[in-house]
Amino acid sequence: MPASFSRLRPSAARLTRWLVTLPPALFLVVFFLLPALIMAAASFREPGEFGGLAPLSEKGFTLEAYRFVGEDVIYAGILAKSFLVAGATTLLCLLLAYPLALLIARSPKRQRDLLVLLVILPFASNFLIRVYAWIIILGPLNLLYSTTAVIVGMVYVHLPFMILPLYTNLEKHDPALLEAAQDLGAGTWTRFWRVTWPLSLPGVFSGAVLVFIPVLGMFAVPELLGGTGDILIGNLIKEQFLDNRDWPLGATLSLGLTAAVLAVAGVSARLTRGRGAAA
Amino acid sequence: MTRSPWLWAAGLTTYGFLYVPLAVVVLFSFNDSELNASWVGFTTRWYGILLADDNMLQAAANSLFIAIVASTVATVLGTMAGIAMHRWRPKLLPFLVLTPVAMPEILLGVSLLLFFRQVLDLTLGFFSILAAHITFSIGFVAIIVRARLAGMDESIFEAARDLGATPWRTFRRVTLPLILPGIVAGYLMAFTLSIDDFVITFFVAGVGMSTLPLQIYSMIKVAVTPEVNAVSTLLMALTLTLIALASRFAPETLKSGQ
Repeated sequence: MPASFSRLRPSAARLTRWLVTLPPALFLVVFFLLPALIMAAASFREPGEFGGLAPLSEKGFTLEAYRFVGEDVIYAGILAKSFLVAGATTLLCLLLAYPLALLIARSPKRQRDLLVLLVILPFASNFLIRVYAWIIILGPLNLLYSTTAVIVGMVYVHLPFMILPLYTNLEKHDPALLEAAQDLGAGTWTRFWRVTWPLSLPGVFSGAVLVFIPVLGMFAVPELLGGTGDILIGNLIKEQFLDNRDWPLGATLSLGLTAAVLAVAGVSARLTRGRGAAA
Repeated sequence: MTRSPWLWAAGLTTYGFLYVPLAVVVLFSFNDSELNASWVGFTTRWYGILLADDNMLQAAANSLFIAIVASTVATVLGTMAGIAMHRWRPKLLPFLVLTPVAMPEILLGVSLLLFFRQVLDLTLGFFSILAAHITFSIGFVAIIVRARLAGMDESIFEAARDLGATPWRTFRRVTLPLILPGIVAGYLMAFTLSIDDFVITFFVAGVGMSTLPLQIYSMIKVAVTPEVNAVSTLLMALTLTLIALASRFAPETLKSGQ
């Protein structure tokens, strides 16, 4: 019991607690938890004649949508492509982010805040503007509407998610470790691969999750920069809900995406815990 | 520690990658040509066309109104959630507050679409957008407020109590003034998120209602026009102003990538 509340009678303290906790909790139960559960239930329904779901009294519950996804290899292929694009994006982000994060971490303390702010600033402009910028740039280069364009756009939109956790990790490294390695005769590369890199892995993992997960569900970047073949799972879900109006199929695919996201988050949490340090 | 020339070169390349595309957008907003291809001459006519575009102005007004209402409600609920998580360490609340922040936006978008249309049978529009924006903003406000509370010395509250202050008085005279910068930063964050949101709004907006990002999306989906560059430049100027305000009220929120 926090100090400022210990003077209250127990019943009044409990009342305060509920008055503060309940409004946000109730709001999120109604607008986040309930819709999520309804979506899970919708995956077991049949599509309605004019979109939406068929009346429960007529069609009941069915595994039709799951059977449909399971039988058609197209869906597995699109999920695989989504993972490939997310993986490529994560790797490229790491490649671009690491030197910059290291540079900022090794800068004098008074310069660091400014250098970090310079990373956040472009990130603060609207998401669509950042995608649009690449339409202008890649259009004249004849690179627009390709998988390359999709990956470039994905990297651009998510790069700060990789830079910031990496920097937060690298900033905490003790310079004495590198000095000790140097005294023991380690060269620049050895010092990096044997000292800095292993210590930075928790930062690498948290950055990777922050990039990988949103890329996995993205539909707008492939839609604006990709060609006709560049359909990811996000596009498929969007199509079911807005164009084809097959909501049970859309709900099933959304649950698939949720499972993929949870798996990625779980693997990363395990890897990070295995290293015994948080980013 | 050493910053070798290679590290400088690689780091500056990444800064270039971050800034050059946006600079191109701003530059071509002043270009006297229909095409975003080569520099022809200076003009401000795209801004004139933009300011005469009724659809765009209506969408901007909608966005502004939704952002003001949504971020106000989200700030109140998010502050309560932040305080509750700090004081009583509840088990379920962090799950409810943090999951919408961490999951891909499309999942929140489609589940809300399903909820509004199938369960509530609601006509999509102002209310559905508002509810969606509040839902994803609460978590960001709560995180900022909780971080602010975590950095404070508990003995201040004990001192207030020892001097005979009631809990409500302690909250109003001690806690609230101390966390106010966090609340302001949370409000600005929620405002920016709301006015910028595209993905979730895209699913819950319906046909009758447009916001600025939806309007921009439908424009760039059809064709590239410098009018988009002009609106982008104005939006960037607005965001910069908000960041400047945030750094004044709560400089710590801009530090070390929080």
